[in-house]
Amino acid sequence: MDINTLIEVALITVKVILVSSILFALPIPLTWIERKVAGHIQLRLGPFRVGWHGILQPIADMIKLMFKEDIIPDKADKWLFKLAPIISLVPIFLTFATVPVGDKITVLGREITLYISDMNVGILYILAVAGIGVYGLIFGGWASNSKYALLGSMRSSAQMISYELALSFAAIGVVMVSNSLSLVDIVNSQKVSTWNICYQPLGFIIFIIAGLAEINRIPFDLSEDEGTLAAGYHVEYSSMRFSFFMLAEYVAMVLMSVLAVILFFGGWSGHAILPPIVWFLIKVSAFIYFFMWVRFTFPRYRYDQLMTIGWKILLPLSLVNILITGLFVI
Amino acid sequence: MLLSYLPVIIMFGFVLFLASAVLFVNKVVGPKNPYKEKLSPWECGMEPIGDADTGHFRVHFFVIAILFIVFDVETLFLFPWAVVLKKIGLFAFVEMFIFIFILAIGLVYAWAKGALEWV
Repeated sequence: MDINTLIEVALITVKVILVSSILFALPIPLTWIERKVAGHIQLRLGPFRVGWHGILQPIADMIKLMFKEDIIPDKADKWLFKLAPIISLVPIFLTFATVPVGDKITVLGREITLYISDMNVGILYILAVAGIGVYGLIFGGWASNSKYALLGSMRSSAQMISYELALSFAAIGVVMVSNSLSLVDIVNSQKVSTWNICYQPLGFIIFIIAGLAEINRIPFDLSEDEGTLAAGYHVEYSSMRFSFFMLAEYVAMVLMSVLAVILFFGGWSGHAILPPIVWFLIKVSAFIYFFMWVRFTFPRYRYDQLMTIGWKILLPLSLVNILITGLFVI
Repeated sequence: MLLSYLPVIIMFGFVLFLASAVLFVNKVVGPKNPYKEKLSPWECGMEPIGDADTGHFRVHFFVIAILFIVFDVETLFLFPWAVVLKKIGLFAFVEMFIFIFILAIGLVYAWAKGALEWV
């Protein structure tokens, strides 16, 4: 091992620790923003008591969750019950190992890439690893040995695998235009021509609908339908294990926004008045806001409607999208 | 090549460490006061009737999962095809669509048989 490889490994370790820590802390500002957005959309103020405009509210919530009892039901499968939140948490973090936030910068005469690793199978890796998270939901619901939890986990796993198809087919449309699976290459190909949204309007609509379903958010949050299932697969969870499920859900929302920006909106490319990374953050924030906006605007679908949309509308439509794209590409 | 997959292992270890650390702190500072009612499955405050894991539910999940496997393998097949489509041209395009057409017949069959109806 020469000195350059060692420096490379050290850099990778630093980047991994930085990215994971940021993602771990990200739900703290995001929950505050989400509750504020909810408040103002519904003509309320949202959290207001703790700190300036309630800005310390999520920290207070976090401390509260930390000091709660970790209840494990006596009928539960103890091992799986304890393991499930971690299984749903870890894979969604791992996807960020290949997510780029920019190209390259030069620090002290050394080129530093603004991504942890540029895998040549990038988008495929993300879809595959994010899919492992489904096991967390199934195990959580099954191990709780509670009827609501079991039904909730069955529903959400069926929902997630159904919409994963439409999501991957929409991503294939982008791959056909960009001729690469690497996320960095996909962004660079959009710098040369225009953003993929111009070539793939149908693909983008399919992607964003399937993405909403994939991250279990309204109008597709059937897994935690309060009216019929109490809280779905995490009804028996409390304390930090419960918050791990929430954390995974927020990181998934960030991942979906990042993917939408990279695949369809040119990643960090933008006008030269702002540095690329600022463009990237602006676009991602816009998508996160969009997801919150949708949550407080639309009602929830019924479960059979959800399956109809997934299998009978989005899946054929995404196949048609591949056909049309192929005709244009050739 | 190896360097591009090393971060996955490091990240796995680090996130696992973070999660366990948080759970450990929770175990230390959280109260422990279990009793029978608290540990029973939640059923709107009523006494729970029967077990959930003995299978009194009609789980439609099975058929959906089989359909999913068929199309998910197709996705894996489509990804490499999509990357090199410009190079291999019209022949591969037509060939792939014959394949997709056969799968689509399967979907139509499942649809007609009512496998996609959840209720």
